[in-house]
Amino acid sequence: MQALYAQLLVGLINGSFYALLSLGLAVIFGMLNIINFAHGAVYMMGAFAAYFLLNLGGINYWWALLLAPIIVGIFGMILERTMLQWLTGLDHLYGLLLTFGIALIVQGVFQNYFGSSGLPYAIPDQLKGGMNLGFMFLPVYRGWVVIFSLVVCIATWFLIEKTRLGAYLRAATENPTLVRAFGVNVPRMITLTYGLGVGLAALAGVLSAPINQVRPLMGADLIIVVFAVVVIGGMGSIMGSIITGFALGVIEGMTKYFYPEASNTVVFVLMVLVLLVKPTGLTGRAA
Amino acid sequence: MVETATAQAPAKTASGGNILQVRNLEAWYGESHILHGINFDVNAGEVVTLLGRNGAGKTTTLKSIMGIIGKRTGSVKFNNQDIIRTTSDKIARMGIAFCPEERGIFSSLDVRENLMLPPVVRPGGLPLEQIFDLFPNLKERLNSQGTKLSGGEQQMLAIARILRTGANFLMLDEPTEGLAPVIIQQIGHTIARLKKEGFTILLVEQNFRFASTVADRYYVVEHGKIIDGFSNAELAANMDKLHTYLGV
Repeated sequence: MQALYAQLLVGLINGSFYALLSLGLAVIFGMLNIINFAHGAVYMMGAFAAYFLLNLGGINYWWALLLAPIIVGIFGMILERTMLQWLTGLDHLYGLLLTFGIALIVQGVFQNYFGSSGLPYAIPDQLKGGMNLGFMFLPVYRGWVVIFSLVVCIATWFLIEKTRLGAYLRAATENPTLVRAFGVNVPRMITLTYGLGVGLAALAGVLSAPINQVRPLMGADLIIVVFAVVVIGGMGSIMGSIITGFALGVIEGMTKYFYPEASNTVVFVLMVLVLLVKPTGLTGRAA
Repeated sequence: MVETATAQAPAKTASGGNILQVRNLEAWYGESHILHGINFDVNAGEVVTLLGRNGAGKTTTLKSIMGIIGKRTGSVKFNNQDIIRTTSDKIARMGIAFCPEERGIFSSLDVRENLMLPPVVRPGGLPLEQIFDLFPNLKERLNSQGTKLSGGEQQMLAIARILRTGANFLMLDEPTEGLAPVIIQQIGHTIARLKKEGFTILLVEQNFRFASTVADRYYVVEHGKIIDGFSNAELAANMDKLHTYLGV
């Protein structure tokens, strides 16, 4: 039983990363109509930003949680202003190629300076140690990652579904021309949305640094699974991407316990099944 | 969340003076040249109607004024300021509001969110009570999904949401299209009341029987040009010509 709970926890942690990343992808896809293949690279940049902040600036984990997403978000907004905005109205393929190219360049640059091995990032003192829950031992940091990710996901959902700013965002996703003709600066909103999506990925990167170390290819490995998550959940829905992210993390963890040989493929098998039955994904709307 | 805008009607600009001046306006959709030099004026407080057959360029004229047609040349002056190179968000903030033919109700927003969506661009918009007074149906359906409303209710919502913003120059593109006579009548009353409140309205209509109940002046659009214009008083005398223009 101990092993089952342990795998469940691993699943929830991976699910947290899947949820934060696929949430950002869904937000970006809605507004920019771009499938952001650079998402893994900005996730990695978030982890590196935390690493640099600590080792060059002496800035601790807590500040990194705030600053790394902002720094990487600004990087994303510069990308959007200088490159992505020119793809408006073109086929998805161009956005895919451009963001994939950006991801390769960013990862290549980091690999050139840092190789492929991991750099250590220590768990902050306040989150060290563990708790004995009776039925299992819970490392505090891992519990923190799950709860904090959940809070961030819910807050993002609330922002988009329940606030006035979110109403602009949803309306502009449907008909940007009309929203702009009402007096809303839609191009600026698109830039900020890309910054938000990228910032969420960077935040996931910071959270992951103490668990998975900081590696140039950490995002490249993860993003393939995240895209499968997005395909299963459907691109259109915010809540859908959050729930699917956590659920698939757990399913993956359970598979590790019950049938470990399939744990790396279970998400892709599910993706194939969903595509066969409901090509727009479980919660998605037709593109 | 109820906005408390001041209950004043928008002030008449320059006491009936010229508010919109369109000169030699040309516009393109991609490669196709739609407008070939449109010239007309709208005075403050007037209801002016653009008449013409399908594809004549009426909607394109409105969209060009609103700044949502990519390529446009000539001059569009709003309150003596040329807006031909201005982006649509800035045009909206100068006080022009647009109600598109397809109504543009957002399906991912409920009725309340649709109604509150356009930002207030200047003081003097209608307060919500007055809007619900004009369109009582909307008040009962505030929590419905925007696109679950009937066609008539969607049209009312599309008009209602631009009355809140304080824009005093409204462009309505075929507000009666596809609606039942009783609803057309309600929209007619609304336009008459808005005129009384001091709004200036540029209307596009195919239904000139409806237009004749609200309009002060008419322009006839054909092949991307204004080919005729007359006042409501001259309507009877121009009826034969109008039948030929519109092919009815």
